[in-house]
Amino acid sequence: MQLETRNIGFRYPKGPWVFQGVDLVIKPGEIVGLIGPSGCGKSTLGRILAGYEIPNEGNIIIQDSLQSVSHSSSVQLVFQHPEKAVNPRWKMEDILNEGWHPDDKLLSSLGIEKEWLHRWPHELSGGELQRFCIARSLGPNTRFLIADEMTTMLDAITQAQIMHAVLKIAQKRELGMLIISHEWHLIQRLCNRVVQWDPKKLNFYETGFTKAYEQFA
Amino acid sequence: MPILEVQDLSVSFVQYTKGLRQKKVQAITSLDITMHEGEILAVVGSSGSGKSLLAHAILGILPSNARVSGTINYSGDELTPVRQASLRGREIALVPQSVNYLDPLMSVGAQVRTSVHNDNPVEVQKKIFERYHLDPDLDKKYPFQLSGGMARRTLVSMAMVSGAKLIIADEPTPGLDSIVIKEALSNFRELADHGCAVMMITHDLGSALQIADKIAIFYAGTTVEVAPVKDFFGRGEKLRHPYTKALWRALPQNEFVPIPGSQPLPNTLPSGCLFEPRCETATRECSLKQPKIQEIRGGMVRCIHAT
Repeated sequence: MQLETRNIGFRYPKGPWVFQGVDLVIKPGEIVGLIGPSGCGKSTLGRILAGYEIPNEGNIIIQDSLQSVSHSSSVQLVFQHPEKAVNPRWKMEDILNEGWHPDDKLLSSLGIEKEWLHRWPHELSGGELQRFCIARSLGPNTRFLIADEMTTMLDAITQAQIMHAVLKIAQKRELGMLIISHEWHLIQRLCNRVVQWDPKKLNFYETGFTKAYEQFA
Repeated sequence: MPILEVQDLSVSFVQYTKGLRQKKVQAITSLDITMHEGEILAVVGSSGSGKSLLAHAILGILPSNARVSGTINYSGDELTPVRQASLRGREIALVPQSVNYLDPLMSVGAQVRTSVHNDNPVEVQKKIFERYHLDPDLDKKYPFQLSGGMARRTLVSMAMVSGAKLIIADEPTPGLDSIVIKEALSNFRELADHGCAVMMITHDLGSALQIADKIAIFYAGTTVEVAPVKDFFGRGEKLRHPYTKALWRALPQNEFVPIPGSQPLPNTLPSGCLFEPRCETATRECSLKQPKIQEIRGGMVRCIHAT
């Protein structure tokens, strides 16, 4: 089962094309990096893959069946700002269990402490909140994880803690991952392949690490 | 003479729990930093380490339930609330963390012009827009019409035109691509080379090392180390504090190995050294009382075992 986009194009109503003709494949257990300047549409592509936006043209193919609209449960997205992705009026326990019930093993592998479950979102740090956002995204149906600047707001130690935990889970469950990041060193450290923005063609294309480094970092 | 000297600063907040019962939350325990003209000091720490509160304490814009102790000196004299009010926006400028700090109901050009104090505002604004590759048309646009990068450049240009001698930039880089970051960082370098003192607050040690002269590492509301940039190399052997070493080694370009645990919350601070529960080299002595900051090898460190 792989996640594939065929000839995807997206534009906002009355706006110019953000990108067109995007072909991208993510295989199970593979970690792909997505890089490009701010505003080029990386996050939009991530949102399309996770089913938050519908492309104007092209298809998203999962499990060899054409699915252009509803496939939300197998592709999950984790955002940059966890504090904007949780309901401030819900306790952490309710936020965590809204979609499915993560077991103790998953919680401890992500370093979530039992005591945090009874707190409000504002009583946790950004890194602690992000662990909850990751846990709730890793339901039994999840096959692909899109990490959109997932650790950008975190210090280096917390970033390494979270990334190591996620990679371990992804490896065990053979999840495919797309890592959207501005941080070159992180992409280089984690990814098997890297996909880059082409400003001339308004498109994303696969590139080698050396070439991407020359243009980007 | 240092332009800014912060000694043993502490900030706590008085909060109501139930009815008229109050509790005190210690947000900053003990911060010490010194800044000189022409110097970029990066203040690095994770969220909740007190970085932004330090900036707000220097500017005197903490909320009214904050209790501050310790001393802040600016150009040799104490920075009193009256002096703060007259200096901020003129001699001390803030580049705020969030683009939400722009006035949503005022055009961008007009906002930049209000920051000009000693010159012709219209001309200065035009020049600075040109320098920051902001389109002349943006002058009449409102903040919601700007991209994140443009809004950030607007905030930086406001600090630039103010003619300030001390610029405090609160998290100026996250979410920007490397080209815009390089541009913003070189702007700060240029300001410092013209005699400004720049304090760059960030959680990103990697980008701090690119431009700063000195790095101050904050942990749970204390300064644990102040080190020159040249000490960050290899496996961190030249660094003084175990937390700084751990932070350096956790960078993806280095070993990418984290230490376990997390920074304590303000209401659950340990009684001894604040890093003791996570420290590999901690001894019984460490849990007894908080170490004082001391000078070692041209830097500062708050650890009794530092050499």
